[in-house]
Amino acid sequence: MSILINEKTRIIVQGFTGKIGTFHAEDMIKYGSNVVGGVTPGKGGQKHLDLPVFNTVKEAVQQAGAEASIIFVPPAFAADSIMEAADAGIKYCVAITDGIPTQDMMTVKNYLRRFPKEKRMLLTGPNCAGTISPGRSMLGIMPGHIYIQGNVGIIGRSGTLGYEAADQLRMLGIGISTSVGIGGDPITGSSFRDILEFFESDPETKVVLMIGEIGGPQEVDAGVFAKDNLSKPLISYIAGLTAPEGKRMGHAGAIISSAGEGAAEKVALLRELGVTISATPSDMGKTVAEVLNKM
Amino acid sequence: MDIHEYQAKEILAEYGVKIGDGGLAYTPLEAVQRAREISSNSWVVKAQIHSGARGKAGGIKICKTHDEVEKAVEELLGKKLVTHQSGPAGKICSRVYIEAGTNFTRELYLCFLIDRSSERIVMVGSTQGGMEIEKLAKTNPELIHKVYIEPAVGLQDFQARTMAFALGLEDPKLLSRSVKIIKGCYRALRDLDANMLEINPLVVTDNELIALDAKMSFDDNALFRRHKIAELRDKTQGDHREVAAAEQGLSYVGLSGDIGCMINGAGLAMATMDMIKLAGGEPANFLDVGGGASAERTEKAFRLVLADKNVKALLVNIFAGINRCDWIAEGVVQAIKNIDMKIPLVVRLSGTNVAQGRKIITESNLPIIMAETLAEAAEKVVQARNEMVARGT
Repeated sequence: MSILINEKTRIIVQGFTGKIGTFHAEDMIKYGSNVVGGVTPGKGGQKHLDLPVFNTVKEAVQQAGAEASIIFVPPAFAADSIMEAADAGIKYCVAITDGIPTQDMMTVKNYLRRFPKEKRMLLTGPNCAGTISPGRSMLGIMPGHIYIQGNVGIIGRSGTLGYEAADQLRMLGIGISTSVGIGGDPITGSSFRDILEFFESDPETKVVLMIGEIGGPQEVDAGVFAKDNLSKPLISYIAGLTAPEGKRMGHAGAIISSAGEGAAEKVALLRELGVTISATPSDMGKTVAEVLNKM
Repeated sequence: MDIHEYQAKEILAEYGVKIGDGGLAYTPLEAVQRAREISSNSWVVKAQIHSGARGKAGGIKICKTHDEVEKAVEELLGKKLVTHQSGPAGKICSRVYIEAGTNFTRELYLCFLIDRSSERIVMVGSTQGGMEIEKLAKTNPELIHKVYIEPAVGLQDFQARTMAFALGLEDPKLLSRSVKIIKGCYRALRDLDANMLEINPLVVTDNELIALDAKMSFDDNALFRRHKIAELRDKTQGDHREVAAAEQGLSYVGLSGDIGCMINGAGLAMATMDMIKLAGGEPANFLDVGGGASAERTEKAFRLVLADKNVKALLVNIFAGINRCDWIAEGVVQAIKNIDMKIPLVVRLSGTNVAQGRKIITESNLPIIMAETLAEAAEKVVQARNEMVARGT
């Protein structure tokens, strides 16, 4: 098993016919993801990459049985696309778009909360590399070939740092059950904690690697949750030791704006909560291997 | 994006917040003219820089005569003010705000911001205005009042009254004034995509509430739909390297170390800087070149990092996902040929087509130090930097 997506998951691409949407849709299809079509308002009825284009997400759900969607819509229109997916009955949505205004994400989160939990769409991102269940399905923009199938769950805010971790694990012959990018924005669809719940109930996942960074309370919240609710070892690396206070380090959410949001402080708090810390980014793979060997 | 006090006050005034009589000046002469226009027997001259805590840095001066105003402005213009918020480099003052002196009985604190935990706008207030709220939160957290605003319905009158009562504004006239101000601030934050709006202090006079200082900061991601706000940007207040980078679409943060960095992806960039620090070095900058690191973009990024004269060695760390190592290697080689590099360069490539990428760099016969792992890259660049320093260059 994996979490969130597998080889059967029926995927649509929102922003399908655009340059970026096309490029990554092709890559996902090549990987073996079950892409069943896409949505571009006004281009419904056409074919693109030999797949149907729909005007609305609702049509894609009704006519192509879409369950999951990936969003490549530009920032100004992305929040609207996410809410359209939620309304249409999409179960899982990955928003790749970088640069969505924070208040738009507040509206999105508020909209999602209106649905009862069993009908609520799960959202990861925005500003993320997506989700991959290696060997099964890729719903993202990552280089699929660096991920091998296995028992490590990964949750990360950053794209390339997640690739670095997957690559280190591959070098050690260690595989991944699912890797989930939650994104680098201040307000994200899902938190580390939300995804930890999925990994807890996945029998295939034996350990979880959480790749965090400066800014916000998310990593420590996940540590608190894990202490009482996660039966599997949690390993973490927090990026940004050298980040000065009040400066945005690339990601809109990577900014130290109050006490407890720096890398060293987060590491200290996570250690206290019993999380195994990878002290450097080059030790992520090695630390996971050590924990696995002890099991 | 931050704006100046006078700009924030102009915005707040439009939203029904009372501000003192004031005017902006770029020269001492203009300042005296502004003081003449403001009927008052005392004036406050305030340096307009993007930083709080200006008072302690000598950025706020109280004047009794027009001559004093002239003298104060002469002193402030062109001066570098270093506050604990501005960083050691400080901020240059190139405009001043002249305001009528205000007599008040109490100083309050009022702030609106987006709270990441609750994903809501939160209103924060305290009767202890004029102080730094972070310090107060540590010493007297019971004096800080918070009201969370439900996004679906927005701020309600009863919530505004709750805050007003917490701030001791029971007097009927002050109560209705404070509800108006609180709702105005909330609308300004919502309508203009601000991340933060702070009035500190909000002062109480006989029967009025006046914003004596104001600060607003805006969501960079929303500036595409807030053209009037985007025009308020004062480039002189940013680090000149960061301003230059932003103009080229690169994400750059200047730091005080001497090892230049060029990396793709914000998380990997922070992680690489951590490795440099752990290897005994200090990064000179954060630089995310993004996904599509073309030759042209690589050259621009190189020039940007090298414009910092402190830089004694440069580390390039690229994890090729969408793009390929061989393309990046070609970009690096081409950029180096166009730039007269006088400092050592360490390159670490990984990901798609890594073998081809390394081959291109090796065969270029350029003096590039190659590294395979993140740890090796950091060690090599710190070593190269130390050799540069030892040679006294």
